[in-house]
Amino acid sequence: MSKNKKKIGAYWASSCGGCDVALLGLHERILELLDFAEIAFWPAATDFKYDDLKGYGNNELDVTFFNGGIRTTENAEIAELLREKSKLLVAYGSCAHQGGIPGLANMSGKNELFDTVYKEIPTTNNPDGIIPQESIKKDGLTLNLPGLQERVRSLDRVVDVDYTVPGCPPPPELTEDFLELLINGELPEKGSVIAGSKTVCEECSREWNKESIDAFHRPQEVDIDPDKCLLDQGIICMGPVTRSGCDSSCPEVNMPCKGCFGPPSKVEDQGMEMLNSLASVLQVGEEGQALEQEKELLSNLPDPIGTFYTFSLSNSIFGGKVSEGGEND
Amino acid sequence: MAFKPRIGVFICHCGENIAGTVDVSNLAEEIIGYDNVSFSTDYEYMCSDPGQNKIKEAIEEENLTGVVVAACSPSMHEDTFRRVVEEADLNRYQCEIANIREQCSWVHGEGNDRPTEKALKIIKGTVEKVKRNVSMEPVEREHSDKCLVIGGGIAGIQAALDVAEAGNEVILVEKSPTIGGHMAQLSETFPTLDCSQCILTPKMVEVNQHPNIELMAYSEVRGISGYVGNYRARIERKPTYVDADACNLCGDCEEVCPVEVTDEFNQGLDTRKAINIPFSQAIPSSYTLDTEACLGLNPLRCSECAEACDADAINFDQTSEYVEEEFGAIIAATGYDLYPKEKMGEYGYGEYDDVIDGLQFERLLSATGPTGGEVRRPSDGKVPENVVFIQCSGSRDPENHNSYCSKICCMYTAKHAKLYRETVPDGNAYVFYIDIRAGGKDYEEFIQNVREEDRVLYLKGKVSKLKKADGKMKVWGLDEISGERVEIDADLVVLAQSIIPSEGAEETSEHLNLNLGANGFFKEAHPKLRPVESLTGGVFYAGTGQGPKDIPDSVSQGSGAAAKAIDLLAKPTLSHDPQVVEIDEDLCSGCGLCVGQCPYDALDINSKGVAEVNELLCEGCGTCASGCPTNALSLRNLTDEQLTEMIHAHIGD
Repeated sequence: MSKNKKKIGAYWASSCGGCDVALLGLHERILELLDFAEIAFWPAATDFKYDDLKGYGNNELDVTFFNGGIRTTENAEIAELLREKSKLLVAYGSCAHQGGIPGLANMSGKNELFDTVYKEIPTTNNPDGIIPQESIKKDGLTLNLPGLQERVRSLDRVVDVDYTVPGCPPPPELTEDFLELLINGELPEKGSVIAGSKTVCEECSREWNKESIDAFHRPQEVDIDPDKCLLDQGIICMGPVTRSGCDSSCPEVNMPCKGCFGPPSKVEDQGMEMLNSLASVLQVGEEGQALEQEKELLSNLPDPIGTFYTFSLSNSIFGGKVSEGGEND
Repeated sequence: MAFKPRIGVFICHCGENIAGTVDVSNLAEEIIGYDNVSFSTDYEYMCSDPGQNKIKEAIEEENLTGVVVAACSPSMHEDTFRRVVEEADLNRYQCEIANIREQCSWVHGEGNDRPTEKALKIIKGTVEKVKRNVSMEPVEREHSDKCLVIGGGIAGIQAALDVAEAGNEVILVEKSPTIGGHMAQLSETFPTLDCSQCILTPKMVEVNQHPNIELMAYSEVRGISGYVGNYRARIERKPTYVDADACNLCGDCEEVCPVEVTDEFNQGLDTRKAINIPFSQAIPSSYTLDTEACLGLNPLRCSECAEACDADAINFDQTSEYVEEEFGAIIAATGYDLYPKEKMGEYGYGEYDDVIDGLQFERLLSATGPTGGEVRRPSDGKVPENVVFIQCSGSRDPENHNSYCSKICCMYTAKHAKLYRETVPDGNAYVFYIDIRAGGKDYEEFIQNVREEDRVLYLKGKVSKLKKADGKMKVWGLDEISGERVEIDADLVVLAQSIIPSEGAEETSEHLNLNLGANGFFKEAHPKLRPVESLTGGVFYAGTGQGPKDIPDSVSQGSGAAAKAIDLLAKPTLSHDPQVVEIDEDLCSGCGLCVGQCPYDALDINSKGVAEVNELLCEGCGTCASGCPTNALSLRNLTDEQLTEMIHAHIGD
């Protein structure tokens, strides 16, 4: 392998694995990539051990694509190690970016999670009520497992992050964009999100007829008009509060945007911003008598946290039910 | 920061109003140490001349860049103090009020330090705002000085005449072939019993002759775009097929016309020809060919009218003409209709010929009506001996019909009963009523007079049943006062039919995005303080389109709307507070949510695909700024940064 080749790392923390598949989604381009880069660490695709990683010098990896949120002590430890070994650390995908879907677990404390998963789920057969321990002794030997932390954190809440490639998973085009910028030495200022600068609505071809919303529907409940704005049809679409760059791929196929690219630059809390915007276009009943009907309308909204904070609960201002220090504050 | 703000804080005692609770001299001392505050003082009455001079002197001597006046509510003296700073050559938006009276001293007791502490926080918050304020000039726009009046009833006529008299050009658009509205149908008017047409027709003629009024009868507004001062309306002038200037009203055409149809002006009690004039004093004074009734123009099936016309006034080739005009102000005077027969199953309305509504009875009483003023019932032309008047027909009946009171029916029913008794001295008049509502000048006296002098029998109660048996109409009801059941053989039943807004209200509301209330009447900007204004700038209401009202109220509102329009049109340019929303095009995705949120219709998505604000329409309410999902919208001088810093100052971190 040539010495000039860039060393690329990839790692998955608390995630589903989709981001690793998305890297593979570069298809034959990945071979082109190998002309100027070598894979120095990618446990999901190649056989690397942590000791290999520990063996690298500081900043030896040119760039590391880190996907997944920080859920376990192992996630945190490797994040710190990769930060040390990488010139550029990229939060890759929604979980590393904002905590992602695993971040929804921040609505429950660690013990609640264990109780649910290991005791309460009807298909679980665990008469002794055993829950995982971080350390067990057997036959004089001790086995240590990584511990579950109180809450899921995004990568940037644990270590310094240079760039973000968003998405669940990131579209291959954005990954290519990032690599091209990297190779050409044209990367934008540190902290940038490699995606569009506006929101999904800008790329969406649907028409919003500028009226108000008087009922909410789930996509499967209605015959969706393919030309009309989904919000207009009462389907909660997170497009208005979600960064562009995906070519509006979900709304284009009749699915509402779930917000995987995170908020645009001037928005701190994606879900709250959406609620705020929705609140001002809700229109039910006659003025003065609307409150009760509005309450009813909102009570018909299934799973508000899961709807408005699908990917961003962990990074939101309210952050879920558990704090960094303990549960249920 | 290159620019270092120098803020002056002026603390008003407001006599004892503030100083009695808040330690004002302590405030002045405390605030001087605060960031960017380079001057502070307190004074007994800051709004007085000496108080105002203190501000002006300090601005000059201390070279202040911003002023905080800690005093009463900004709704009280914000403008006063902004004028003061302007006189000292400081931009008016560099002056802010810290309300330490209504929001502090008045609501907190004396005897402890807390009101003073709170006042200090309020002042600090205001300092944080004003030091980030930008200087601004008012938004100025040119405007058209024409006025569009929609509807040619008495309210629209009055409004058009007043605006025209003030020197502004008016286009008065009326849907039907003549102006005059329902008032032209009335026999006499309560409580003075003036002949309706006698007082109305001179005004109609005045409209026709006024050099500043262009009357477009038999015309309809087809679309309106624009905004206050700069509306553009497209008006269709429908073909009458008669040249109004040439027509000499000889009536020959009408005589030879072979088609007879129901006469709307006589409320269906009579027939008219396909070519007709609604009544002889109609304005414009010309015939109209009703093409729906005519045997046919294309191909021409009958041209007897044209052949009979010596003046050659009839032109079958006329087509709709479209006029587009700019208007500075619009007055919506679209009037009322009666609650339709189809919706009234009870009382045999629409089923029995001799159950009629109030307007039909007006036509029976009118000297120009189908019976020449003799009260003869529709079915057989017989003079009715027993007439039952039923009030609140379709009104005050939230379960079945309209919940509201139509306001004029008590009075016109009394008038009807009186005029009937005068015309048929031997006849009996019975009035079923729920309550008598006679709130108006000389109204109660009129009712009393009718009850006592004209021997009209008033029965408090509702009619329970009306049925025809043996060729006679029987009316059953309850007299609540005697507690007895009443059964009357009626020859004629007159329903005081509920008033509803005409179709024009909804049409106009669609053109101009006006709010309609639950009952379909125009909704005013404020029910008490802005009763003739709509929330859409430059659009005013007159007459019954806004709610049931009698002639004097309609005329008053017509004049009121005219005064508002004149006030607007008289201004050389339209000036608007620049504290409006601003759009960062780099952040806006053109999602359009703000467009629907804006209560003033001030926002739209422009050709670049981003939001654009019409600064003249924006009232700076901030709904869009808080609703914008990308924070591309912010209010001038009330930015998120300002609000955040104000909050920090208030909570003291």
